[in-house]
Amino acid sequence: MSGPTYNFAYLDEQTKRMIRRAILKAIAVPGYQVPFASREMPMPYGWGTGGVQVTAAILGPDDVLKVIDQGSDDTTNAVSIRKFFAKTAGVRTTTCTTEATVIQTRHRIPEAPLGEGQVLVYQVPIPEPLRFLEPRETETRRMHALAEYGLIHVKLYEDIARHGHIATTYAYPVQVDGRYVMDPSPTPKFDNPKMNDCAALQLFGAGREKRIYAIPPHTTVVSLDFDDHPFERYRFDAPCALCGATDSYLDEVITDDEGGRMFACSDTDYCEKRRATNRDDAVPGNGPGAPAMDAASR
Amino acid sequence: MHMQGGARLPVVSGVAFAVRPGECVVLAGPSGVGKSSILRMIYGSYRCDRGHILVRNGDVTIDVAAAEPRQIIALRRHLIGYVSQFLRALPRVTTIDVVAEPIVTVGVSREEARRRAAELLRRVNIPERLLGLPPATFSGGEQQRVNIARGFLPDLPVLLLDEPTASLDAVNRAAVVDLIAEKKRQGTAIIAVVHDDDVRAAIADTIIDISRFASAA
Amino acid sequence: MKQIAHDQPLLVAEGLSKWYGRQIGCRDVSLALYEGEVLAVAGESGSGKTTLLQLLSGQLEPTAGRVLYRMRDGVTRELAALGQAERRFLFRTDWGYVHQDPVLGLRMAVSAGANVGERLMAVGWRHYGRIRGTASSWLDRVEIDRSRIDDAPITYSGGMRQRLQIARNLITQPRLVFMDEPTGGLDVSVQARLLDLVRGLVAELGLAVIVVTHDLAVARLLSHRIMVMKGGEAIETGLTDQVLDDPHEPYTQLLVSSILPP
Repeated sequence: MSGPTYNFAYLDEQTKRMIRRAILKAIAVPGYQVPFASREMPMPYGWGTGGVQVTAAILGPDDVLKVIDQGSDDTTNAVSIRKFFAKTAGVRTTTCTTEATVIQTRHRIPEAPLGEGQVLVYQVPIPEPLRFLEPRETETRRMHALAEYGLIHVKLYEDIARHGHIATTYAYPVQVDGRYVMDPSPTPKFDNPKMNDCAALQLFGAGREKRIYAIPPHTTVVSLDFDDHPFERYRFDAPCALCGATDSYLDEVITDDEGGRMFACSDTDYCEKRRATNRDDAVPGNGPGAPAMDAASR
Repeated sequence: MHMQGGARLPVVSGVAFAVRPGECVVLAGPSGVGKSSILRMIYGSYRCDRGHILVRNGDVTIDVAAAEPRQIIALRRHLIGYVSQFLRALPRVTTIDVVAEPIVTVGVSREEARRRAAELLRRVNIPERLLGLPPATFSGGEQQRVNIARGFLPDLPVLLLDEPTASLDAVNRAAVVDLIAEKKRQGTAIIAVVHDDDVRAAIADTIIDISRFASAA
Repeated sequence: MKQIAHDQPLLVAEGLSKWYGRQIGCRDVSLALYEGEVLAVAGESGSGKTTLLQLLSGQLEPTAGRVLYRMRDGVTRELAALGQAERRFLFRTDWGYVHQDPVLGLRMAVSAGANVGERLMAVGWRHYGRIRGTASSWLDRVEIDRSRIDDAPITYSGGMRQRLQIARNLITQPRLVFMDEPTGGLDVSVQARLLDLVRGLVAELGLAVIVVTHDLAVARLLSHRIMVMKGGEAIETGLTDQVLDDPHEPYTQLLVSSILPP
């Protein structure tokens, strides 16, 4: 491959300016979906084109980039996006959460607390939280404008009526700064409390739907619920099979073709760090006493 | 009266009479002379082309002929009752509720209204077992008695009766005559159209022959 | 009675006209509706009755004329002067709108309970148990078995859907309900049941209702007053039995004489 044929971070400067304007507006109106002229990216929709454009617009030469997909640094999607920016922007990349200045994520918020100066960029497939019940975009926009959010509770009502509890476990709707109701992208609701009063800037990019929205640092983010069915964080009730953590979000990993499985941290960086610093606590492998599926929500 | 094609059918003209509280005026004359039309004008169902129909309530006098629809609705609720020749049965509504309805709409509790309705229906000899059924399938006589009970239940100062005993046997005619007498004692002003000579003799204080007002068509 | 005679109208229309280009929708219609009053707007299709209903409910902007509504705080305001948020709030609380086709008035894929409870959630109810309890009692009132509360209306019959739509509208105890051919498209026996139910609820709740219908039997059963429309104009108004028993206008006479005997 010869020379730097790409502009810094792939997008041209005009496009980046356009996206930055959208981002600034999104920060100024927390939770509000700002339309932007989403570009064709060298990857298909659904692979994080929204997040990639946001990252490209905010990335500087001194930034350190981390990319995770379902909490993991080493899945195809995470690896290729990391490579993409290493090649087009020449920025340093890392898997370490605390070391990164920009973290692009799909479906998770890292376990390690984020700090000032960090930016979390979410890849968003469907930005409209009201779409489930109201397919008309003109109508949902009007509802946002007038803060008519009864419909969100209709969805939660349906959950309780059908399942006896709020069964929405991901993309759980939140209200930002007491105003806009927002879809936090398909992160598990376990991560919702991390969005509240977060020290880092959170940006959301939806490429196919051409929307950008944001939560500025230290903004109040409330998960919607009913008085008699309050929001509950959900986590599979077991320690991580690899690092023994009892406070992290777990993935179910199938280990053989006879029903064997284990539960391990979905945040690979978190899990690896714990194992490195605290080898003695590690629980090796998957014992016969693996927790059964009926260990319901805490 | 107004008919299709712009034709006008003058029915009655120059009708004038007065009814006092406790008095029963019977309108007489051959069929088609306009007796029922007069009742309907007083009730507000037919409009009069000229003249006044004055109803006094305490110290307020209202002209039905000039009243707004809203006023007529209020008049019917609070001043003028009407027993038509035929019961306009509503689908699905039980006999007891058909009768109780007029006083429920003016604020009597449903239980109390049903209790009073049942009592009145007993007096006009409607069997207990029919009270929970809609009257649409009843015989003509039964329907008419349900209709009478409905009209007689509220205590209104003016009561209009259009052939109330037409399809009744002697026993039930007597029961209705009793009810009318009772209303008169309570001070109700009654205007009735009755063909049965015995009934007319039993209830009428004044008889007005409408044929003398009939318009020459 | 004096009290009734002296109160203020709930809704007033003054000289309402609507032109669709050169086509007339409705011309110079004025009316006043009082609390607890049921007004039927009758006429054949194309007579302008649906246009009138949409003008009165603020869904269409009149070419001329205005609509005034006395709000819950007692202040009478012009509909056109209300902000969009206020108008929509009115629609969710103090008004109801019953569509001829319940599919337009319901969320077909959402359970009956949520359909009925939606308005409560929209005005800030946040207690699931209470929302469900209130929705259940409204299902009772519209004669839908409580055991169907978690079923979506897509599984309901036409009559049940219509009753569900009515419950959904009445749960916030509106003072004014617009109905557009509420019994259209239902079997005769189902119609009778629905009419009876509506009649009972209207009397019990003291609702003001404007019901658009081509069916004079519906008008007779439900309404106190009637307005007959033809070619976009109100040609005859009055007490329902007055107009139907003694129609003055030739067109009304034609309509009345077209009713099949019961």
